[in-house]
Amino acid sequence: MSASDPWTPRPLVIAERTRETADTFTLRFEPGGDGIRFAPGQFNMIYAFGVGEAAISISGDPTRPGTLVHTIRDVGTVTHAIARLEVGAAVGIRGPYGSAWPVARARGGDVLIVAGGLGLAPLRPVIYDVLARRADFARATLLYGARSPTELLYTRELEAWRSSGIEVDVVVDHAGADWLGPVGAVPSLIHDVVLDPSRTIAMVCGPEVMMRFSVRALAARGVAADRVHVSLERNMKCAVGLCGHCQYRETFVCKDGPVVSADRIATIFDRREI
Amino acid sequence: MEGLERILREHDFLKDLSLEQARFLVSCARNLHYATGDFLLHEGTDATAFYLLRRGRVALEIHVPGRGTVEMESLGPGDVLGLSWFIPPYREQLDARAVEPVVAIAFDCQCLRDKLDADHDLGYALARRLFEHAYHRLERVRLQRLDLYGVQ
Amino acid sequence: MSPTAPLPEPCLTISRERFARLLEVLREDGYRLVGPTVRDGAIVHDAISGVSDLPEGVGESQERGTYRLESRGDRALFGYAVGPHSWKPSFFAPTVPLWRARRKDGSFTVLEHGAREQPPLALIGARSCDLHAIAIQDRVFLGGETIDPAYEARRRRTFVVAVNCGRAGGTCFCVSMGTGPRATLGFDLALTELLDDRGHRFIVDIGSEPGRDVLARIGAEETTPEDREAADAVIARTAEHMGRQMPTDGIKEVLYASVDHPRWDDVAARCLACTNCTLVCPTCFCSTVEDRTDLAGEVAERVQRWDSCFTMEHSHVHGGSVHASIKSRYRQWLTHKLASWIDQFGTSGCVGCGRCITWCPAAIDITEEVAALRAPARR
Repeated sequence: MSASDPWTPRPLVIAERTRETADTFTLRFEPGGDGIRFAPGQFNMIYAFGVGEAAISISGDPTRPGTLVHTIRDVGTVTHAIARLEVGAAVGIRGPYGSAWPVARARGGDVLIVAGGLGLAPLRPVIYDVLARRADFARATLLYGARSPTELLYTRELEAWRSSGIEVDVVVDHAGADWLGPVGAVPSLIHDVVLDPSRTIAMVCGPEVMMRFSVRALAARGVAADRVHVSLERNMKCAVGLCGHCQYRETFVCKDGPVVSADRIATIFDRREI
Repeated sequence: MEGLERILREHDFLKDLSLEQARFLVSCARNLHYATGDFLLHEGTDATAFYLLRRGRVALEIHVPGRGTVEMESLGPGDVLGLSWFIPPYREQLDARAVEPVVAIAFDCQCLRDKLDADHDLGYALARRLFEHAYHRLERVRLQRLDLYGVQ
Repeated sequence: MSPTAPLPEPCLTISRERFARLLEVLREDGYRLVGPTVRDGAIVHDAISGVSDLPEGVGESQERGTYRLESRGDRALFGYAVGPHSWKPSFFAPTVPLWRARRKDGSFTVLEHGAREQPPLALIGARSCDLHAIAIQDRVFLGGETIDPAYEARRRRTFVVAVNCGRAGGTCFCVSMGTGPRATLGFDLALTELLDDRGHRFIVDIGSEPGRDVLARIGAEETTPEDREAADAVIARTAEHMGRQMPTDGIKEVLYASVDHPRWDDVAARCLACTNCTLVCPTCFCSTVEDRTDLAGEVAERVQRWDSCFTMEHSHVHGGSVHASIKSRYRQWLTHKLASWIDQFGTSGCVGCGRCITWCPAAIDITEEVAALRAPARR
């Protein structure tokens, strides 16, 4: 099998499968050899035999390339086929692809991580990176919004992160009486969070509308657009900038993104159907 | 009274109010403490109170038959609780329950309405602030309503 | 592959007979000839065996939404502009099998990749606009971090016999785009056809060493000053008779700023999203992949095929398409072609060949659309 062929997936066996929420699950792989080195924010194309591929962010620990981790939501034909696989079955992997969250840029200052729904999955590698060198950062904050308490990801880790020096604020769209946390939307958390705009790097990931409102809320707090980064999502086929599907104006989301700075897309992020 | 005036002017909602205006309002105000579980407002009752939250979180809830209590929104320090006192027929739409110990400035609404009718400049200043507050609340509620994290 | 500027050479002339011999020599050297030929009422590109397959004496008239072949009444071999085919399908094939894999114990093994050895092609009669288009596609498929292996295999050894247009097409605007009519890059030999009482001959510009070698093997004569002048005059006349113009100054900024221009609603009301424009465009490069299995589900294959941004599926993300409206798809296509392409690849994506104007069933003319978008919005 030619290593230089960009189209051919490599089979990887599922080593572990964990259910996160009703429709979301996490797969762990042990690629062997040197593992799969990746930067936080990058994604793989995951292939379900005979069905197709889906672009899925890597949500594991970048300091531990020996284990590849993907959190996947069952929403379409391909992810549904992947969801039905058991431990011991293989999927095909192509990647890693794409641009990375600017973790190094945040060193020496504050890092603000803003996640909505499944958006926490592509941001979790950032948190692992920050925890691995916690002293390199001043304030580290995670603002996380989800639909309801039962749809929160990584709930046990959220507690662990709190104890490791990350301020974690969680808000849900709606909840029953046994939820003790706030109910509302993530931009309100941004409105209230303690932050120093001149030394904050913000990384935002979630549904596009949530990112738009969050970027606005960050601007209202005085965080410059080149200090705010989002992760875009578009239709991916080749993931290497050849098929043309993922374009967002001049940005190929697969190779110029998915992580882009808010100032790169400032003139089009609020416009329809670009 | 002096302490309460200062507290009034320090609150996000009323900051930049003049000393005179604060003094004018203060006679309608009291600084109150609520324990976890206490209700600040009850759905269906006459709107008699208007709160500026200083500490602690309040859940806005509604009871849905068959579903139970649903928390619609959280309010916290800096927020305004109670808008129905300003809009006829002045009846509360939701329950407001303290989910942790709460400190709030409570205004007697009749007193407040009388004062605002008497001083239109103050009335305008407050109405503008209420509108801006409602505008930001509306944005939050819209985002919740979009159900962005649900399957499209 | 050819260097980018013609070598400084004395001009040479070959007769029609020698031109026929040129095609034979290329075939003997192992090239598959691809060139213009008449089929189904159009001049298309297909495998040709020699001069006899060329559209001798055929001309055409093109206007928006119109293409018609005509009889010229002479024996010119290249007396027409461009037809619906560019050279795109020769290198960026409409269908490419990528790989096949067999299921095995819960996993799978890849059986084979698409063919990486392709016969070398000799393009006969390539026009300057199309040479620029090939260079543009080379940048897309070979110039980035990832190379398209199927394109690379087809493109690896290509011989190009270009022709300088003796007649402007009704919808051409290569002059506006700086892509012609004289061929200046991407060819091994460039011919200007002359047909008059001095005979049927071709003035030849040499563009590469392989070109020079082949020419030496078939023999050529030094061009007379009259013929050199006549050839230059043919090209100059073509340049003066462009069917369209499209000023390109500031075009990127105009299009980027035009997001809300009412003209998009106007063109959307006419556009059928039929994808003809993307099919005939020599630079459009979108593709999609199909994954399928045999009936038993034991062998899977992936096939790449041409795609178009005018389809609903092109921009599909879970929940729907980003470009749900035809308006947004037309805007995406035109903005990409004339503006974003510049940021992505350093040149315009348009070479002024006019095909999208000729072959649009709704008779949409991009030069007219751009002129309207330059005008301030009026509601």
